[in-house]
Amino acid sequence: MKKKNFLKSDGVQSFVASIICIILGLLIGFIVLLLINAKGAPDAMLGIIKNFFKWKSGAKKMENFGVTLVKTAPLLMCSLSILFSYKVGLFNIGVAGQYVAGACAALYGVFGLHWNWLGCLLLAALAGAAFGAISGLLKAYCNVNEVISGIMLNWIALYTSNMILANYLTPGRKDTPELASKAEYSKAIIPSLGLGKLFNDNKYVGLAIIISIIFAFAVWILLSKTKFGYELKATGYNKNAAKYAGMAEKRNIVVTLAIGGLLAGIGASLLFLTDFSQWDCNQTSVPAMGFNGIAAAFLGGLNPIGAIFSSFFIQHITDGGSNVDLTMYCAQISDLISAIIIYLCGFTGLIKYLFKSGIFSKKSEKDAVNANAEPAAKPVEPADAKVTDDTSADDTPAGKEAETPDNVADEEAQASGKGGEQ
Amino acid sequence: MESSENYAIEMLNITKKFPGIIANDNITLQLRKGEIHALLGENGAGKSTLMSVLFGLYQPEEGVIKKDGKIVEIRDPNDANALGIGMVHQHFKLVECFTVLDNIILGVEPVKAGILQKAEARQKVLALSEKYGLNIDPDALIEDITVGMQQRTEILKMLYRDNEILIFDEPTAVLTPQEIKELMQIMRNLSAEGKSILFISHKLQEIMDVADRCTVLRKGKYIGTVNTADTTMQELSAMMVGRNVNFHVEKKEAHPGDVILNVENMTVASKMHKKNAVNNVSLKVRAGEIVCIAGIDGNGQTEFVYGITGLEPLVSGKIEMCGQDITNMSIRKRSVSGMSHIPEDRHKHGLVLDYSLEDNLVLQRYFEPEFTNPAGFLRRANIRSYADRLIEQYDVRSGQGAETIARSMSGGNQQKAIIAREIDKNPELLVAVQPTRGLDVGAIEYIHKQLVAQRDAGKAVLLVSLELDEVMDVPDRILVMYEGEIVGEFDPKDTTEEELGLYMAGARRKEVKA
Repeated sequence: MKKKNFLKSDGVQSFVASIICIILGLLIGFIVLLLINAKGAPDAMLGIIKNFFKWKSGAKKMENFGVTLVKTAPLLMCSLSILFSYKVGLFNIGVAGQYVAGACAALYGVFGLHWNWLGCLLLAALAGAAFGAISGLLKAYCNVNEVISGIMLNWIALYTSNMILANYLTPGRKDTPELASKAEYSKAIIPSLGLGKLFNDNKYVGLAIIISIIFAFAVWILLSKTKFGYELKATGYNKNAAKYAGMAEKRNIVVTLAIGGLLAGIGASLLFLTDFSQWDCNQTSVPAMGFNGIAAAFLGGLNPIGAIFSSFFIQHITDGGSNVDLTMYCAQISDLISAIIIYLCGFTGLIKYLFKSGIFSKKSEKDAVNANAEPAAKPVEPADAKVTDDTSADDTPAGKEAETPDNVADEEAQASGKGGEQ
Repeated sequence: MESSENYAIEMLNITKKFPGIIANDNITLQLRKGEIHALLGENGAGKSTLMSVLFGLYQPEEGVIKKDGKIVEIRDPNDANALGIGMVHQHFKLVECFTVLDNIILGVEPVKAGILQKAEARQKVLALSEKYGLNIDPDALIEDITVGMQQRTEILKMLYRDNEILIFDEPTAVLTPQEIKELMQIMRNLSAEGKSILFISHKLQEIMDVADRCTVLRKGKYIGTVNTADTTMQELSAMMVGRNVNFHVEKKEAHPGDVILNVENMTVASKMHKKNAVNNVSLKVRAGEIVCIAGIDGNGQTEFVYGITGLEPLVSGKIEMCGQDITNMSIRKRSVSGMSHIPEDRHKHGLVLDYSLEDNLVLQRYFEPEFTNPAGFLRRANIRSYADRLIEQYDVRSGQGAETIARSMSGGNQQKAIIAREIDKNPELLVAVQPTRGLDVGAIEYIHKQLVAQRDAGKAVLLVSLELDEVMDVPDRILVMYEGEIVGEFDPKDTTEEELGLYMAGARRKEVKA
């Protein structure tokens, strides 16, 4: 009985669902590799999974572990941005654009204003928040779907950034200068705090990753412990009830997307201010970091702490993709394989839903669910699910007995969610 | 013992279990040919499960179903249809933009070489309509006809398919008193022509009026089958609930005091059509009285309440509460100034279903210093003890107490939670919209007592109700709303359901001063 309860707990289900997704993703990725070139597939797959473990020397391992960590920080921030908005019922696909705006602002702070790293980071936060707020304002006051405005803003952010940062290019180059190249730029590098030494003198490893983890905990506290989080989640779960309870549901939408943008903007600064990466002013596609954040958020079970691990994993796979032997596969293969895995990672919600709807359970439970979902079976709307509800609430408090009403409720939630979303 | 041949359908010793729950425990239901048989039970008693078994949506673990004395197996709804079992659902399953005739033949269209033979179908429909006194226009669009007519279309659908066993699922919930009378007559006609009718309801008066026999279920168990001629409403309700229920709300004479709510010339726009949903309505509610807005669903009551509570802006007009102009006040301010609102739709407005019970219980007060510290963190311990007190005081039952997710609670207990929250705020004005919708008699009795207790404590109560029993029983004054206007004011002691029905249907109106 106790074990059953444990398996039914939401956290455990999220975890198991995430693991299933990862395995499915690896499996399908492997099949694709087999189809393209069966001989190299096992090695290629191992290379992806191993990532930095492929190096023989411990020092090299650590150095490349550090690289993955450096890129995990911005990814984690993007996934926090997604999950924060998602908890409030908004799908912040504009995260990619907010990330770009953050990158642009951070680098403008460096090259244009010669600010130090903290100033640049705050500027990036502001720019991201501004882009988020635009989506929020459009959503709250003009009823423009945040997905549409987000996608539009992604492109606006990209080309605006290219234009602005092109002013600071060294002639003949398309990438922005390295921060270490000039003294007035180098004060904008986020301090390593000596952490780089642990990673075989990988100077890019430092405060950034710590900042991102602090933000993960901050988001967790904000959502679960504060009045503000209570209001935001209420708005997300049921905006009508939030309005009924006198919450400023429109303001909450704007604030939520602004905070989402702020997180993404800071995320970008955490990458570009380490000097690990430079902005390519000729790029014509929105950086994948923001979109990968979506997968990381879902893979982490939409939990800020889970996102720390899922972000690391996704970055690990992405980096591992570069280990694929390019004499056997074309150059795009590493992106393709990591994309497949990341894509499958987005299915945690589905897997969890399948758990709950009893696909994996006994047939009798499944029957109950199906019949309840069938409109003809339950014509009396308010009485829906009450046959089981009453009894379980009164006599059988927890565990297996409560399954049927749970299932029904979830199905309803799914159905209404789908209806409301579009 | 009668011989089996007299029964149109028999469900013998049906047991249907769900994991941990026995939804139907050894239930026997025998429907005689040509009788009207009522199936009575509270929400959760197992009526729906039993009907789902009859329709083949569930397979029972034990028991058999017999048609005309022969055992039949019903695996899915198609089997049920083939056996001549038809059902009028509470929420009609009609295509709004189709005509009555199109809806009736939908799914069984008479076709020759791929071409519809509507003339043939029309003949049959008209003949049936005449035979049973249904009086319908086959060419009218569903969206243009009354709810009563829509229901008759559903009945014709069953008749057109030559169904012999007709199930009516709470058919009177949506009808006016006049329409209910007509429906009762139609049901009698049908049974006189040999159709067997199963009538699901928890309205005792209707069962006494129309049914020959009545089978009562309680908590999944079979309680008994009685001849309505040999029983009383009291006896039936005791069978249904397991104890004696007081139908009439006991209340003393009202002593109305100061005007608490004063609405002047309120007009609210409609989201559905271009006309105003509420048109120039004025009314007053005093401390210590219950005023009820009666009317058929969709006559502007919802928008009227939205206007008062601030969920929708007014087009024009003025609202005062306790002498203060609240016309343009925010919802939060209205709430803090002493307005409580038990909303019409507890799932849409009343609860955050994915929140725990305790989080729902503080939904109107979470921002108070008692529950949020100055730094903006929730005081969880205080929320818990407050929730525990309300749960205890208002007898809100749930699986895991304060931590129960609201979604998993029964409708009655969800409603109790809302009532606890809204009453415990100690409001000056309590706006209660259909507070007993979908609840069983036990819960209804409780909620009515709470409303009267609020009145006796000197609060103003504005009740909006579609249930005539409630309209006649609970309030001190009745205002009838028809097409967004108040068309009559009544003292419940000096009026009848029939009189109210005429006003509710728009057949009569009189001038009302606020």
